[in-house]
Amino acid sequence: MKIVVCVKQVPDTAATVVAEGNVINWGDAPIVLNPWDEYAVEAALQTKEKVGGNVIVITVGEEGGNEALKHSLAMGCDESILVSDPALIHADTLLIANVLAHAIKKIGDADLVVFGRQAVDWDTGLTAPQTARYLGWSILSLGAVITDVDPEGKTITIERVIEEGRQNVTGRLPAVISIVKDFGEPRYPSFMGIRKAARATIPRWSLSDVGLDAQTPVVICSELYNPPKIDVTCELITGASSQEVAETLADKILSEKVV
Amino acid sequence: MNNNIWVYIDQFKGETVTTSWEGLGVAKTLQASFSGSIVAIVLGNHVESISNQAFYYGADEVIVVDGPHLEDYRAESYVDTLSDLANSQKPSVIIFPTTTRGRELAAMLGVDLHTGVLVDVIGLEVKDGQIIATRPIYAGKVLCKETCLNKPVIITLRIRAFSKPELDESRSGSVQKIESVLSEEKISTKVIGYTESAAGVSLAEAGIIVSGGRGVSNNPSLSPPPEITDEKAQEIWRAQQGFKLIGELASVLGGAVGSSRAAVDAGYIPYPHQVGQTGKVVSPDLYIANGISGAIQHLAGMRTSKIIVAINKDPDAPIFKIARYGIVGDLFEFVPKLTEAFKKRLGT
Repeated sequence: MKIVVCVKQVPDTAATVVAEGNVINWGDAPIVLNPWDEYAVEAALQTKEKVGGNVIVITVGEEGGNEALKHSLAMGCDESILVSDPALIHADTLLIANVLAHAIKKIGDADLVVFGRQAVDWDTGLTAPQTARYLGWSILSLGAVITDVDPEGKTITIERVIEEGRQNVTGRLPAVISIVKDFGEPRYPSFMGIRKAARATIPRWSLSDVGLDAQTPVVICSELYNPPKIDVTCELITGASSQEVAETLADKILSEKVV
Repeated sequence: MNNNIWVYIDQFKGETVTTSWEGLGVAKTLQASFSGSIVAIVLGNHVESISNQAFYYGADEVIVVDGPHLEDYRAESYVDTLSDLANSQKPSVIIFPTTTRGRELAAMLGVDLHTGVLVDVIGLEVKDGQIIATRPIYAGKVLCKETCLNKPVIITLRIRAFSKPELDESRSGSVQKIESVLSEEKISTKVIGYTESAAGVSLAEAGIIVSGGRGVSNNPSLSPPPEITDEKAQEIWRAQQGFKLIGELASVLGGAVGSSRAAVDAGYIPYPHQVGQTGKVVSPDLYIANGISGAIQHLAGMRTSKIIVAINKDPDAPIFKIARYGIVGDLFEFVPKLTEAFKKRLGT
């Protein structure tokens, strides 16, 4: 099977992120593989281990945007591709998805495309379904278990996590799937993997390489700002006995009319 | 193109997903600027009753596409149906709730209509006829104001960010029933079945959440049964006793049980209960955090709660900085007493 995993690189989630003017500043926090994408890479590697094949990891990002790709290679992906173009600097998800769809077509003969559920920077969760739609393939999203993959029969069965529980679905390949944390812990990169990744040459494709002209994004961010600080003074409840404290707290909560 | 505002009403097994009604409230405020009709859109099988409810919550019209192959949500069939409808009827705005189905539908509809999706929105304003949406990014550390240059504008609303409109059972209107053009053979994704969640309130929609963190196992005086000899298993047993107390408090309050990531990673409670950046984002009216220190990633998932209450042994725990009320103390001591106090006052 030819499996393509789409990843993103983002500032570490522990970073202090602030808006300064209309630019986002994350200080000296490291840039890492999007945490949700680790599960996607893990799912791709497990699928390859089950049915054989090749895992290609791809990202759309800035020149030198290699952290996500290197981590994925170190986990065990076979090849990587960076799609990078100055025209993509303010790209919205529609444009990114279109770029990914074109890149996947250029890779050719992919059986399965895997995404994480969302990127922890822009938190949209739109790119996976939009890429599927541009490709004209099904999307089976929010997968916790890949129950079955049949490369010859061209079917895939996954268990999806929805609000109401789990939905079991079967779709036809090629398909796009997205993977959630319920899938299970992703593997740590091995030492050999890290060394191999550090030495890897990552091909770079531009917009014209994937066969697209520069396009204007349709979603524009007009302002970035920091949320107002939570302005609350905590009232610590004390009392002569734990019962008294509990009763006082219950009364205070009820007075807020939230119960 | 007309000025109509569409509101997608999400449903599961014929029951409305109630956060959908919040979209009708938002449509009402947008109607002041767009002067079109508010049209509720319902897809499913045997979903006629949802149409009536849509009128009660403020829809002027309802479009229903009803058919057996729409019984189960599948992206292709639902998106194909919505695309056809939107292309023929040309609304200006389409609103979805940010449920798993809503987000996905909005995303794919955006591709079909070549328009943008303003996703997981917490605020909306209209300036010079243009909709400006406020949404959180970087787990809410930064807020972003976005606009969409094309029409229709597709918006998904964060669950519970907007209030549910008043119910008015005297309202009614016209229902347009549309035959679906799809057939089952053409839909390549098949649903095999479902496993439903354990009974209880869904976290994202919960008005009250009682959560437990790492501190939930911290009760050295609690002795596990003698057959549990492994230290880790003893720790988990203690944590489960702690979560039993938390569950009782949640039950008395009619709320849901949540947890921090630390509690999930330690094996105390399954992942679906996790609140936080890599778990669920919630916005209840009341959030009671027990034995939770208040790491940034946890706060990202619950900082918009209306009233936060913290119980923690550590007076320096960051959670106290955003809590309205707190007890510096042992949750094993105070949670049962709090449950008793509420039982008395609420008669539950």
